[in-house]
Amino acid sequence: MNQAIAMPTYDDEVVKKFVIAASFWGIVGFLVGITIAFQLAYPILNLDLEWTSFGRLRPVHTSAVIFAFGGNILIGSSLYIVQRTCRVPLFGGPKLANMVFWGYQIFIVLAASGYVLGVTQSKEYAEPEWYTDIWLTVIWVMYLVVFAGTLIKRKESHIYVANWFFLAFIITVALLHIGNNVALPVSWFGAKSYIAWAGVRDAMTQWWYGHNAVGFFLTAGFLGMMYYFIPKQAQRPVYSYRLSVIHFWAITFLYIWAGPHHLHYTALPDWAQTLGMTFSIMLWMPSWGGMINGIMTLSGAWDKLRTDPVLRFLVTSVGFYGMSTFEGPLMAIKVVNSLSHYTDWTIGHVHSGALGWNALVSFGALYYLVPKLWNRERLYSLRLVNLHFWFATMGIVLYITAMWISGIMQGLMWRTYDSLGFLQYSFIESVEAMHPYYVIRAVGGVLFLVGAIIMVYNLWMTAKGRTRDEAPIALAPSASSAGN
Amino acid sequence: MQSLLERNAILLSIAILITVSIGGLVQIVPLYTIENTIEKVDGMRPYTPLEQAGRNIYIREGCYLCHSQMIRPFRDEAERYGHYSLAAESMYDHPFQWGSKRTGPDLARVGGKYSNEWHTEHMINPRAVVPESIMPGYSFMAETLLGFDDAAEHLKTLRAVGVPYSDEQIARAIDDLNAQATGEDGDGDIEGFQSRYAKAPLGDFDGDPTRLTEMDALIAYLQMLGTLVDFSSLDAKAIER
Repeated sequence: MNQAIAMPTYDDEVVKKFVIAASFWGIVGFLVGITIAFQLAYPILNLDLEWTSFGRLRPVHTSAVIFAFGGNILIGSSLYIVQRTCRVPLFGGPKLANMVFWGYQIFIVLAASGYVLGVTQSKEYAEPEWYTDIWLTVIWVMYLVVFAGTLIKRKESHIYVANWFFLAFIITVALLHIGNNVALPVSWFGAKSYIAWAGVRDAMTQWWYGHNAVGFFLTAGFLGMMYYFIPKQAQRPVYSYRLSVIHFWAITFLYIWAGPHHLHYTALPDWAQTLGMTFSIMLWMPSWGGMINGIMTLSGAWDKLRTDPVLRFLVTSVGFYGMSTFEGPLMAIKVVNSLSHYTDWTIGHVHSGALGWNALVSFGALYYLVPKLWNRERLYSLRLVNLHFWFATMGIVLYITAMWISGIMQGLMWRTYDSLGFLQYSFIESVEAMHPYYVIRAVGGVLFLVGAIIMVYNLWMTAKGRTRDEAPIALAPSASSAGN
Repeated sequence: MQSLLERNAILLSIAILITVSIGGLVQIVPLYTIENTIEKVDGMRPYTPLEQAGRNIYIREGCYLCHSQMIRPFRDEAERYGHYSLAAESMYDHPFQWGSKRTGPDLARVGGKYSNEWHTEHMINPRAVVPESIMPGYSFMAETLLGFDDAAEHLKTLRAVGVPYSDEQIARAIDDLNAQATGEDGDGDIEGFQSRYAKAPLGDFDGDPTRLTEMDALIAYLQMLGTLVDFSSLDAKAIER
C-alpha cells in the first residue's frame, strides 16, 4: 500500500484560472449591485439611457454574482476537490477542462452583453436568450463529463461526500436549465424567442427552476465546498458521516418541491401552493442538519476560530446558511408570505444567503486555494483577511437589517386602513418611506465591496510570493501567554 | 444502498436524477391535466400585433423587476388594484409577467386607469407627474421608431407555442398594427381589426400621430392590461377552483 502513495500530478492550472475569474467577476458583480442599489435611492443615476437603467442592469448584477462569481468558484473548487478526493488528475486532461473554462467565460459575456442591449427572456435568473442557453448547455455537459469522468476513474474506493453534492448540483442544474428554457426563436438569425410555456404553467416552471437554482446552484454546490474546505482548514474530520448521508438525500429530494412558495396567493392552484409551503417547512430540518454538520466539525478545534480568520469566514458562512434557511421556511408560510411577498424583505433574505453564505464561503475557499495553487507557504497577510472579514460582516448586517425594516414597513403600509375604512397610504407614500433604507443598504454594499477589494489585493500579493511583515493574529496577549 | 451508491458514480447519478425529478413532475404535470387550472371565462384573446410589440418592450426593459402583474385575493389589493388576477388572464402570456417584487405598483389592471397623455409624460419623465417616483425615465422610447416589420413572424412563432392566432390574423399582422396605431383605415380596415381583436384600444398613443414609436406600442400594451375579462358579468362559480 505504502509505495502507491506517490502524489499524482493534478491539473491545477485550470483551477487557477477559475480562481482568477471568480475574483474578477466578484468585483464586477458587487460593483453593479452597488450601482443599482444607489439607483433605487437616487433615480437620477439611471441616466435615462436605455443601457444604464435599473431594469437592464439588475440581471447583470444577479447573473454576475450568481453565475460568474459563484459559478467560477464552484466549478474551480469542484475540479480542485474532485482530483484530491479521487487521487487522480482530471478526466479529459487540461484540454477539456480549459474548454469548460473558456466556454463558461464566453457564456458570461454573451449573457451580460445581451442584458445591457435589452436581450432577455425575462425569466429571473434565466434571462439569457436561446442562443446563450444552447451554448451553456454544451459547456455544462462538458463540465459533467470532466467531473463524472474523474469520479469514475478514481483511485479511492468511496466517493467523498463533497462530490455527491457537486454531482447533484451539476445534474440538477442541467435538468432545470433545459426544462425552464424550452423556447422557439422567431428567426434563427435573431435574438428574440418565445418560451414554450404560458401563464400559470410558465410561472410554475420558472419557480421550479428559480427556487432550485437556489437549491442546487447556491446550496448543493456550495455545500460541496463546505464539506471539503471546513474539515481541511480546521484539520478535523467531518462531524458525522451519517448526518451527511441524511443531509444529502433529504436536500436533493425535498428542495425540488419548494418552488411554489414563490407563488403564494397567485393564480397558481391552491394544491400546488400548499405542497410548496409544506415542503419548504420540511426543508428546514435537513438544512439545519447540514449546518450542524459543518459547524460541529470544529469540535475540539474551536480555539482555531480566534487565530485563523480564514476558518472564521468558513464557519460564519455556515452560520448565515443556518439563519437564512430558517428565515426561508418562515417566509414560505402563507400568512407570513402575504406580508413579505413583493417587498424588500425578500431581497434582504436573498442577500443574507448570498452575501452571508455563498460569498463568505467563497472568500474562505479563495483564501484556502490561492496559497496552495501558487505554492506559497502562507497568505500575504492574515491581518488583511481579518479586516476583510469585518468589512464584509458589517456590510451584510447593514444590508439585511435595512431590508427587514423597509420590507416589513412596505408590507404593513400597503395593508393599513384608517379609522374610516379607507386605505391609509397611497402606493407612492410607501416608495417615499423606503428612501433612507435604500441608502443604508447601498452603504452596506459599499462596505462589502471594500472588503472584497482588500481580498483581491491580498490574494494578488500572495500569488506574487510576498508575505507581509506583521504580528501574528493571536489571542489577547495576556491570555495567550497565560495559556501557554 | 448508500454504500453501493457511493462506490459507483453512474448509479449515484441515476439515483440523484430520479430523486430530483419527482417533485417537479408532481407539481408541473397536473397543471396540464387538471381541467380547471385555467378558468373558463369570456373575453380572453391573443394580443394584437401592437400590444405584443409593446409587451416585448416591457420585457426588454425589465419592467417586471419592479412591477408585478398578479393581484392577490386580499381586501387591500382589491381596493388598490381591482379584482384578483385569474390564471385565464395570462393564458396567452409567453412568458408570464407576474413578477416577484413591487418596487412600483402592480400593473395587472392598469389598462384604462390613466390617459395616454399621462402615460407618455410619465414614461418620458416619471417625476414630472409623480414627484416622489424612483422609476427610470424612458424618453428614448418616444424617439425610437418601432421595429416590428416581422410582426407576422412573431405571431407565427407564438402560434407554434400555442397561442391561437388565425391565418387571417397572421396575414394581416402589419395592417392590424398600423390600423390600431393610427385609428384610421389606411391600409388596414378598422372594423376588421376590431372584430379580430375585441376591446383593443385604438389611436395614436404617444401624442405624435406622424410616427409609430416604441412608446406607442408600450402604451397600447399598458392600456389593455386587465381589461379583457368583464368581471361585472362573471359568474363566481366559473372562477371557483
